[in-house]
Parts: sequence; structure tokens; C-alpha cells
Amino acid sequence: MKLLSTDVVIVGGGIVGSSAALALSHMGLAVALLERDLCGARSSGVNYGGVRRQGRPLSQLPLSQRAHAIWGRLGELIGTEAEYVRSGHFKVARSDQDMAALEAYRERTRDFDLGIELLSGEQLRAACAWLGGKAVGGSLCPEDGQANPRLVSPAFARAAQRAGAEIFERTPVDEVSHDGSTFTVRSGNALEVRAPVLLNCAGAWAGALAAQFGEAVPMQSGHPAMAVTEPVPHFMGWSLGVEGGGVYGRQVARGNLVLGGGAGFALDADRARSARNAIVTLTEQAVELLPMLRHAHIIRTWSGTEGYLPDREPVIGPSGTTPGLFHGFGFAGGGFQVGPAAGEVLAELAAKGRTDTPIDAFSIVRFRGETEVARHLPVEVSPPLPQPATESAIAN
Amino acid sequence: MSAHLPELVQPVIVGAGPAGIRAAQTLVVHGLRPVLIDEAARAGGQIYRRPPAHFERPAATLYGMEASRATSLHTAIDSLHGRIDYMSDSLVWNAQHGVLDVLHGKTNTAYSVPYRRLIVATGTTDRVLPVPGWTLPGVYTHGGAQVALKFQGCAIGDRVVFMGTGPLLYLVAYQYAKAGAEVVAVLDTARLADQIAAVPKLLTQPIVFAKGIYYVGWLRAHGVALHSGVRPVRIDGDTRVSAVTFHDGVRERTLVCDAVAFSYALRSETQLADLLGCRFAFAPMQRSHLPVRDATGRSSVDGVYLAGDGAGIMGADAAEWAGERAALALLADQGVTVDNARATELENKLAHLAPFREGLERAFPFPTDWAAHAPDDLVVCRCENITAGTLRDTVRETGADEMNRLKALSRIGMGRCQGRMCAIAATEILAYATGKSIEDSGRLRGQAPIKPIPMVLMRRPSRQHTEANL
Repeated sequence: MKLLSTDVVIVGGGIVGSSAALALSHMGLAVALLERDLCGARSSGVNYGGVRRQGRPLSQLPLSQRAHAIWGRLGELIGTEAEYVRSGHFKVARSDQDMAALEAYRERTRDFDLGIELLSGEQLRAACAWLGGKAVGGSLCPEDGQANPRLVSPAFARAAQRAGAEIFERTPVDEVSHDGSTFTVRSGNALEVRAPVLLNCAGAWAGALAAQFGEAVPMQSGHPAMAVTEPVPHFMGWSLGVEGGGVYGRQVARGNLVLGGGAGFALDADRARSARNAIVTLTEQAVELLPMLRHAHIIRTWSGTEGYLPDREPVIGPSGTTPGLFHGFGFAGGGFQVGPAAGEVLAELAAKGRTDTPIDAFSIVRFRGETEVARHLPVEVSPPLPQPATESAIAN
Repeated sequence: MSAHLPELVQPVIVGAGPAGIRAAQTLVVHGLRPVLIDEAARAGGQIYRRPPAHFERPAATLYGMEASRATSLHTAIDSLHGRIDYMSDSLVWNAQHGVLDVLHGKTNTAYSVPYRRLIVATGTTDRVLPVPGWTLPGVYTHGGAQVALKFQGCAIGDRVVFMGTGPLLYLVAYQYAKAGAEVVAVLDTARLADQIAAVPKLLTQPIVFAKGIYYVGWLRAHGVALHSGVRPVRIDGDTRVSAVTFHDGVRERTLVCDAVAFSYALRSETQLADLLGCRFAFAPMQRSHLPVRDATGRSSVDGVYLAGDGAGIMGADAAEWAGERAALALLADQGVTVDNARATELENKLAHLAPFREGLERAFPFPTDWAAHAPDDLVVCRCENITAGTLRDTVRETGADEMNRLKALSRIGMGRCQGRMCAIAATEILAYATGKSIEDSGRLRGQAPIKPIPMVLMRRPSRQHTEANL
């Protein structure tokens, strides 16, 4: 058994845990991160790859703006650009009502300097011959973008490791205890880590740890359905969503269209797939939105497992019960863009006990008195609750 | 009543090769009407592939010494007409919750086929280990070269080099020579010593062994250069193949040719079994992870049976026996009385083939030194143009030590073939780079669709109890 004493122990090597490990290492603190699988292999690595502020609730925009700045120096921070481009994120309006909603969003978010531009139907048709018929306009956030999650999230963990963090992959946490001042985190007979501070960044699986410390959360797992086409000639720079929900898509540098929309289903507690009905619906919607895909083929589908809380807001911040415990999970499919900022915020909380980024809306205390719901929905049953309906809510 | 209801759903067989046809025949004999789904235009599988209907040539020409077996199998499938629901040109691309998603390729029509019991007889493709120049026009696999000949009566070139290893190497070279092509040479990576050492085990199937000897002898007698113990170096050419360079153990030699057939025996098509949730285990002899089946053909999943080469290469004769045996298992599970003596006989036949299979692996061993010789600029994944060097860099820079991780970080296996062609070679490169075993290097997770599907599909409701033929 390897015994380790450290300043901070992190459970979960997704983009939140890994970026927290990186930030803490930069602050000069000793960090150990335990990941049961491989870092960035779950939701952080298999999500849509949208790096988007537009469409988020106002409560998330300070965090999202902070993340925007981090993404701006991604290469310097993690040693790879990971296909990150500020391509613009465009939200299509298919009715005047949609357009009004997008206008209202721009008004509400004026203080955040998102640079949102509204495009009329005429402007849109002039600029985008490739867009299907039903668009009456839309909303462009030019500095939003996209990145390759398969590359970004593992790279955060590797950067943390280079900065001095100890990263333990394939190291599931079996037992966590707290004696009032020190957490002891054990993985079988292989590793035991002691630290005064514990960060719970275990994504869709974080509820158990929270519950152990007397603050159960009503989190459920959701499984966004994803598909990718064969490479086709480049026609679309934007990452594309639809107001009110439905299909969303982006074209990667290689030419493939990454498409999402609808829900997958759980194979077991850890694995999920796109559901056939979701594939059918999303291909139909994608062809309607992007008619030039009508001759393309789908070459792969997938899904992931992400934690959804009833209000679709994450949990970020200190435990309400246990000093030294901080949570960062439950991003409802929208964690990829804000993940690095959530990691920095957790690092600040761990190191200094405070952060300047407003996170009150994400406090776990809002669920005080709740009992834990089933963490994992029954096998092969699509989740009734978190049917991811809108691009702003899922698979960011 | 509801407890019996599921049996109203027809049994489904995926694959109309030797295993699938014998399975269908067995089910029909016992009074069932199976759905038989096959990707090809006509039943027969790869080995007994039939030419287009208007394109008949005698069986003896097409199948040589296997003519009687081919004819027997074709007669069997023809006799099932009207007694099975046969879906040709149909790709099973997904399985979920007791329903197969099927694409009828000619009409771009999507069908849903429900199943309660399912026989998976998905067969094989050639096992490919890339060599520089392998993406040039004029380069085919052994199976591809054979399909061209059997299905269309075409040769892949006028002056053909056969390279790699495996039983098909000499068979297809022989078939090409008989058909009138110039076989420039047969270049076998197996050493003569391998083949000699394999003789005792190969002699457990003396007739099959004799056929192999016959092909080699015939080729030699007709002046075809046979080289063993070679190492392929590169395939040369500008816009298409112009020559092959190989190392004969002493020096590099170059042969002028206009086509190359090369592969290294066969690999199983396991994606459907994977989507169905079958347990996989590493099979050292076949150097790959394969869906687990017991002697009867039952998989780890209730109601799913595995037959033929799709769950491990055993050859066409074994596939016929395994198809029949799996069908008997299905029938027994469904409460139908079956001939247990016949079931045992089939199991014994299959068991007795094991030493011969070991002999073949000994005679045509996998070139385990391939990764060591693969140059950095060798394209391993032709869909995504990923080189051996990129894979090695990925391992070095990221610590990737497992196939799904290597895929995520390098794009290997992310193209149209989804790793069906490149995963074996990539696993070799990965294992060599990390020092881990092939077994511990893992396997790519199955993801629908099994093969690419069009974005725009015609949709039909369930195919249950619909027309007999498409």
C-alpha cells in the first residue's frame, strides 16, 4: 500500500478535477488526484465539444466568462490547442417567437459583454447558403467556439502532472473518511491519501460522496445522444444550435459533422449508448437544418453519462456539513466550457477559502433536506427526467 | 399466455454463409420460419459466394475442389425458398432492446427486426498488416482478390504477386493461375520450418491437408516462384502498383507486377456480438479478443448464439457444423425436441478440428515482428491517414496504453471503417510501443452503426411477418 500525505486530494479526473489539480499545482500546493478510469475519458472527453457562453443562464455567466479567458490561453496552459477555435456559436431561430427569445437573451446579458449579434433571415440567407429553409434569423456569439474534448480533457490532467500533481489513473476510490481535520481516501490495497482538503469532482458519480457527508443531492444521470458523419467538404465554421432545443452540430477541421440531440440510454452504471430513436430524429433534424448532409453517412454514434440536478445548475463550492470538503459536479451536460473555471474556483477555495467568482447559485446547501435519488437509472431504461431537450442544457 | 408470447417472434439469423445457411435449414426442418439477414446480394457467404444471377459459371470453375460443398450449400439455401424470410443486401447496423436495425442497401430502406433468439454468423474479413504502398490502386486482400474472381470473373491484374500468409495465400494464387492470370510469385512470411513443424497437426485433417499440398505442388509445377520466410518491404508504384519489394532473408528483391494480393489469414467480424452485449475474452491463438461461446454456440447473453468464423476462425466446414449446432441449441432453448446424438456428433466434429486449427496457425504464423519493422511514415489507418509514427508519438507523449485511449487521442479507428481494417495493426504498434501484451492493450468498444449508414433513410415498420423476399 502506497501512503501519501498531501495538501489537497481530488476525486475524479474529468476536466473539473484535472483543471483544479493544475491550478493548485501552479499555486504551489501538493495535490493527489484519483481517477477510477482514465482522466478525461467520461463526459469530459466524449461530450459535444461546444465551448459556448451563449444560452447559459445569467447565474453561470461570471464563471463562463472566467472560463472564456482560460480557453483564450489554452495552448499555453495545457500545451496543446486541442482543436480549440473561436469559430462563433450560432443559435437558429425558426419562428418570430424564437427570434424574440434570442433578442431578450441579448438584452439580459448586455452587462456580460458577450458580443452577441442578431442576424435577420435575409442576412442569414445571404451569409449561409448551406442553412436549411426554416431559419428566420438567429443569434451569433462570435467569440464562442468549439474544441476537441477527447484531446482537451486528458491534456489538463497531463499538464497538472507536469506541474507536479500526482495523478493516479485506474484508481477507484473505495473508502473516504474524515476525522475532523484530515480526509483519508483509500483505493483498495494500492493507495491511501491523507489531506486536509478534499475536492469531490466525480461527475455523475459524485452524489455518493456528497451523501456520505450528509448532504445528499437529487442528481440523476442523463445520456445525450451523439453521432458523427463521415468527413464532408467544409461548409460551416460555426457551432450551431437551435433555439428551443433539437439538433446541434459543428464541423471539425477534418470535415466530419459532430451532431447531438435527444437522449441515449444506460447500458449499465458506467456505459451509455445513443438510442435508435434519437439517432433517427437527430439525423432527420440535421438534414433539415443542413440540407447538404442529405447524401452523407453516419459513421459512429455514442453517448456518455452526465449528472443532472433538478434546476440544471451545477454544485460548486464548500460542503455545508464538512470543513475542507468542496464539491464541483452536476454540470447538466454544460460542463465542458465552464469546467476549467470551475477547477480554478475550487483551487481558490481549497487554497484560500474564498473566490471572487460568484458561485452562490451553485451551493449544495440548496438541496438541504433532500434525500439521494437512485444515482444510476435502471439498466436499459431511458431516463425519464433529464431528457436533454435543448442544446444549451446538454452536451456542451 | 404472455409467457409464451415471445416465441411468436421469429428466430433471426444474421449472415448467410455456411453457418447461417445450415442454421436456417436446421430451424426450418424443425418447423420454424427464421428471418435470414445477409449483406450480400445472394447467399453463400464469402467462400461460396455466388456470381450475380445472370452471370452463371459452372461450380467447378468457381469453387474448384470445394465445388461439391458449394453446390450442397447453395442447394440447401435454394430449397429454403418460401420457408424463410430472407433479407438480402441487408446490413444489420445496430441492436438495441431486442430489435435489430437493418438497412436494405439497394433501396436505402430501414427496417426494424425484432428478435427473441438470434444466431450471429457474421463471418470474417481479411487480416491486414500494412506495408508501405498498400494504399495504391491495385493492392487487394486475398479475400478481395478471390471475390473479384468468384463474383465478377475479374482478375485484379495481369501480373499478380501474392503476399502475406495464411491458407488463402496459396489457394487464391492457384485459382488465379488456373483462371489464366500470371502469378508472378507467392511470397509467404511463414518459414518453411513453420510449415514442416505444423505437419503432424495438419495431418489430423488429411484431406484438407492434401488439398493444401496440392495447391503448392501445382503452383510449383507450373513454374510459379514460391518464397517463404520473406518480409514485405514495400509496394512500389506511382498511380498504381508497379512492383513489390521484399526481403528474402538475405537481401532485398524486387518483382515487377501490376497487382498485389496481400493479407495475413482472417479476422472475425465481432461488432454485432459486441453491440448485443456478449462477453469477450482474449484468444491467444487468434491474437484477438473474441466473443465467448460454449461448445453448443451459446453466448454469454441469453438467446444469442454464435456460429462460424464470426466468433473465431474455424473454417467453412466447421462453420456449417457450428451453424447447425447453434440452431439445435436455439431449438432446445425454445422447448423443441432435438436429436441429441446429432448435437453431440457436431460438437465432437468441432472439437476434433482444434488440432488442425492449431496446425494452421503454426504453418502460417502471425508475423509478430511486424510492428518492429513498420516504418514511422507507414499509414496504418487509411480512413484517417494515421501513420505508425503518429501512433508511437501519441503513446510517447500521452502515455496511452489501451486501444480506446489511443483512438481518442490519435483518431485511429475513427474513420469509415471504425477500426475494422486498422485496429489489429494499431494494436500491434501500441503493444510494441508500450511493452504490454496484445491482450492487455484492449480492444475498441463496439459502437453503432456497424458500417456507415445514410443520413436519409426510407423507413418501414417492423419487418415481422412481411413479404418473404425483398
